[in-house]
Amino acid sequence: MSAAPVVLRAEGVRKSFGSTEVLRGIDLTVHEGEVVCLIGASGSGKSTLLNCLDLLVEVDDGSVWLGDREITDPRVDVDLVRRDIGIVFQAYNLFPHLSVLRNLTLAPTTVLGRSRDEATALATSLLDRVGLADKASAYPDALSGGQQQRVALARALAMGPRVLLLDEITSALDPMLVGEVLDVVRGLREDGLAVVMATHEMGFAREAADRVVFMADGTIVEEGPPQQVLDAPRDPRTQAFLARFTG
Amino acid sequence: MTPSARQVERQRYRRRRALLRGAVAAVSTVLVLGILLAVVLTAPGWDRVQRTYFDWQDAKDSIRPVGEAFWLNIRLFVVAEVIILVIALVVAILRVVPSPALAPLRLLATVYTDVFRGTPTLLVVLLVGFGVPALNLSGVPTSLFWLGVTALSLSYGAYVAEVIRAGILSVHPSQWNSGRALGLSYGRTLRHVVLPQALRRVTPPLLNDFVSLQKDTALLSVIGLVESLRAANIISQREFIFTPLVVAAVLFIAATIVLARLADWLTVRAMRRESGGRA
Repeated sequence: MSAAPVVLRAEGVRKSFGSTEVLRGIDLTVHEGEVVCLIGASGSGKSTLLNCLDLLVEVDDGSVWLGDREITDPRVDVDLVRRDIGIVFQAYNLFPHLSVLRNLTLAPTTVLGRSRDEATALATSLLDRVGLADKASAYPDALSGGQQQRVALARALAMGPRVLLLDEITSALDPMLVGEVLDVVRGLREDGLAVVMATHEMGFAREAADRVVFMADGTIVEEGPPQQVLDAPRDPRTQAFLARFTG
Repeated sequence: MTPSARQVERQRYRRRRALLRGAVAAVSTVLVLGILLAVVLTAPGWDRVQRTYFDWQDAKDSIRPVGEAFWLNIRLFVVAEVIILVIALVVAILRVVPSPALAPLRLLATVYTDVFRGTPTLLVVLLVGFGVPALNLSGVPTSLFWLGVTALSLSYGAYVAEVIRAGILSVHPSQWNSGRALGLSYGRTLRHVVLPQALRRVTPPLLNDFVSLQKDTALLSVIGLVESLRAANIISQREFIFTPLVVAAVLFIAATIVLARLADWLTVRAMRRESGGRA
């Protein structure tokens, strides 16, 4: 897997909010087609790291690289960078005043200059893929949480990103709905899209991740294949964290 | 499916309760209105009040001149409203956009809202109505209609700008974030994501300002525009009756109700659509 080219790389990323140091020097490399699961307790810095990778949060120090370009350079056009990086949030954040279809076509038509027809065709096929072809003309508030999250995934995919960041996308869903969202993510893996996913779904991480990264107190404590990190953790903090899931 | 005995009993109880509540409302309404009417109609001065304020013949005689003058109020209102919306949108956006190139315009926008929100509308009308023509500038409108529209637009533009700005600031930051995360620029996120939500949210307060604007077209009578209030006043001073003023009031109220129902309808329609018919 490490033979594949690098899509996204963080180098010594640091971030503080006020006096709280949330990230204390993160190094992370994501290869093409790789699914990386970030695990760790709430407050360990997973979400902040994802927001730093998408430049929604400005890093205090260190750098983020998309391919061989440093995107934390202030001279970089962030709107261009974000065409290549998709992100899906825990709270879906769909646009409530637009139909499901328009949620998907807005960015492709206005940012990429696609024609309405072209964008609609792509959006329809993506909706079909997440199992919501019949909801194209519905509005987000009329959908269940799981459906909204699947729309959010399709919306991110409509921009054709090189890497997708998923920020605890199943945390607001009940167990019945978690499955339908994870099924979509599983499909992405087969497409060879790079995915970085903060999650508490250990079963999913074990089965679908190429690499599991355990974070605690703003650092990466341990990383490796899921069997190694989840089944034979070396660091006592990883062991303690995982014990709460299996116990 | 036939409802269970329990459900039938419930429905019977609910029907009885609804009937009882309706009866209570009807009786108390009749009672309160009856007492009010009795007090007014039996007052010693009622005959004179009726003759001066509520004379049916006077009303019929004045409806034509006052009504024709009210058409001017409506034209003033509609033209001013369009201009106000444009001014307010521009000013509100200037005040929220952080671009450094706009710094001087932002300052100007802030000064504008501070000055015109703080000045009584009547003063603005007088200053524009008499001050601008006195400048003798070429190319500046001198018709009373456009001077009046300018004065109202300046005054109300400031109010409405602040309403729209509040609406923009009330849209949750996560909406900005998800727009930007999709690669939309600041301007496009504002235009396609934030503004539509903001404007929908501020429809009720905007309507409030426009109702107020509708009434304030009457202020333009002070610079010599013969709108409905002025027209009614002319008749009432000639004939020593006040009924024409009441006729003008009724016309203002009628126009307001139309505007209010329109805004209600727009709001409900948007809500229905977004909640998938559940609201």
